[in-house]
Amino acid sequence: MLQHLLNHYYETVSIVLFGIGFTMLLLNRNMIKKIMGLNIMDTAVYLFLAAKGYITGRVAPIIAEGLEGKESFINPVPSGLVLTGIVVSVSVTALMLSLTIRLYRRYHTLDIDEIAMLAKKEDL
Amino acid sequence: MDLIQNFPFITILLCLAGGVLSSVLSAKKARRFCFFLLGVVGVLSAFTFYDALMRKEPYVYYMGHFPAPWGNEIRIGILESFMAVFFCVIMLLSLAGGLYKIIEEVEETKQNLYWTMISLLMSSMLALIYTNDLFTAYVFVEINTIAAAGLIMIRNNGHSIVAATKYMIMSLVGSGMLLLSISLLYDLTGHLLMSNMKTEIATIAKTGEYQVPLTVIIALICVGIAIKSALFPFHTWLPEAYGYSTAASSAILSSLVSKSYIFLLLKVFYRVIGMEVITAHGTNYILFCFAIAGMMMGSFNAIKEHDMRRMVAYSSIAQIGYIYMGIGFGSQAGMIAAVFHILSHAASKALLFITTAGLSSVSGDSKEFRDLKGAGIRNKMAGIGFCVGAFSMVGIPMFAGFISKVYFAEAAFTASPIQMGIGMAALAISTILNAVYFMRAVILLYTPSNKRERDAKFQNQISFHSSVSLFISLNFILGFGSYYIIRMIEQGLSRFA
Repeated sequence: MLQHLLNHYYETVSIVLFGIGFTMLLLNRNMIKKIMGLNIMDTAVYLFLAAKGYITGRVAPIIAEGLEGKESFINPVPSGLVLTGIVVSVSVTALMLSLTIRLYRRYHTLDIDEIAMLAKKEDL
Repeated sequence: MDLIQNFPFITILLCLAGGVLSSVLSAKKARRFCFFLLGVVGVLSAFTFYDALMRKEPYVYYMGHFPAPWGNEIRIGILESFMAVFFCVIMLLSLAGGLYKIIEEVEETKQNLYWTMISLLMSSMLALIYTNDLFTAYVFVEINTIAAAGLIMIRNNGHSIVAATKYMIMSLVGSGMLLLSISLLYDLTGHLLMSNMKTEIATIAKTGEYQVPLTVIIALICVGIAIKSALFPFHTWLPEAYGYSTAASSAILSSLVSKSYIFLLLKVFYRVIGMEVITAHGTNYILFCFAIAGMMMGSFNAIKEHDMRRMVAYSSIAQIGYIYMGIGFGSQAGMIAAVFHILSHAASKALLFITTAGLSSVSGDSKEFRDLKGAGIRNKMAGIGFCVGAFSMVGIPMFAGFISKVYFAEAAFTASPIQMGIGMAALAISTILNAVYFMRAVILLYTPSNKRERDAKFQNQISFHSSVSLFISLNFILGFGSYYIIRMIEQGLSRFA
């Protein structure tokens, strides 16, 4: 079992990172740390995809001198997925940050529990 | 290829482009343009539905001339095209019913952004309905989340921003899990197109290899989508998100956004993993347990609530529980009941949210029960609409909700004896609980009070009146025409895989 984890250390690390980011996003009370957690979580998945898509000794599928046949190239789809995923996570992060700015301007704190308490007291 | 086969793709693209265009128009122009756009999309989808009915067999539309397994594709069948038409109708009616609230509650300079969000939301829902590619589904899930968060926060008061933040956090947890599960699935099968994935998974299941990863994938997908569609106990974001956004947003969120995720889950079950593998892993039993808990807890919380909007929001949790219970039976009959309940809940819950807003606007904009006393007399149309929605949710014969309860009860007999017992008991208890809080609300609305203030500007709300009357007729259509709709769902589901 341990040997298995060590052999696939990229995947192991990415799942550990995913767990760290996930817990941070869910449990941390600070909004900025939550967003950091979100980014760690997303990046962990991209690491996982990139690690799965890479084969040692091969290069991205761009035809160049000395490279022939499918044995010299890696599958480009996982890299494409990572790029798409990065775009998605950038936009989501931007939205979260803008929400945080709005909340901070209104309540002068970044603690989500405190914000929720203050909002409850506030009359509509 | 016929021209008509291009329509689903055109509708998705039209909505995407329309969203961009709305952002540079003035509020009024954006509103007109958005209604026009939704109308066009509705008509095109209706043509697609008619075409799909005539064809009977679903067809695949290649995007960019590359066939599977390289190209991206969308797949159009009876069920998908029907859902597209239905979502379009509910969207239009909710917007018409909540229009005066949008104009009142959203800043004039930001109103065009509201219509941008609506267009983007519609396009993402259409894409989720039609797509045959899991990664495309993920991208549109995120677009859906962002647009929905925009709809919640556009009211721009403290409550709605907090609600949007909570919604975003929970949704992002869900989409993180979804993304990881899609990566694992791609790793396992080497494909992103749903049909190719299914063939690979069938092979894996036959050989008995990779059982642990497969279980992890199923769990991640189920929990991810359960968070996004607010299945108990992942519902914590829901009451605030539905309770504090503008009326049309709550109606759209509860009746369409959560349903589009459930539709995606059905797709994953049927088209990616396969129902045999799902039942072999016992996934449906776990969903069933959460569903039963949701049915109970949603209703209990609704009974405790003093705020009408939040009560209706909690009732959504119970109704989402019903849908998952249907899925949890693991049989064809259960699925049919679940899909029918998606329709009947969408028709009734959107009506309830719209009419609650109408009722509170003749009660000094309060949503508290004590202020709403006699509101049904002050605003007759909203009162009648609320009664129809409430009767439908309780399950009184003739209304849409009754039919779905009948089909749930029938589906319970196809499940194992224990599941049948629990399912029937839960149906009975939850019906009583529904009756407790909805009847209390209806009685309160028609208790005469001394308040005699009539909202003058409410008298000439044609859009509100027409929307409520159309919603009421939609409820009756679902209630009386259920035979044809159920046959159609059956036909669609049998060719869904």
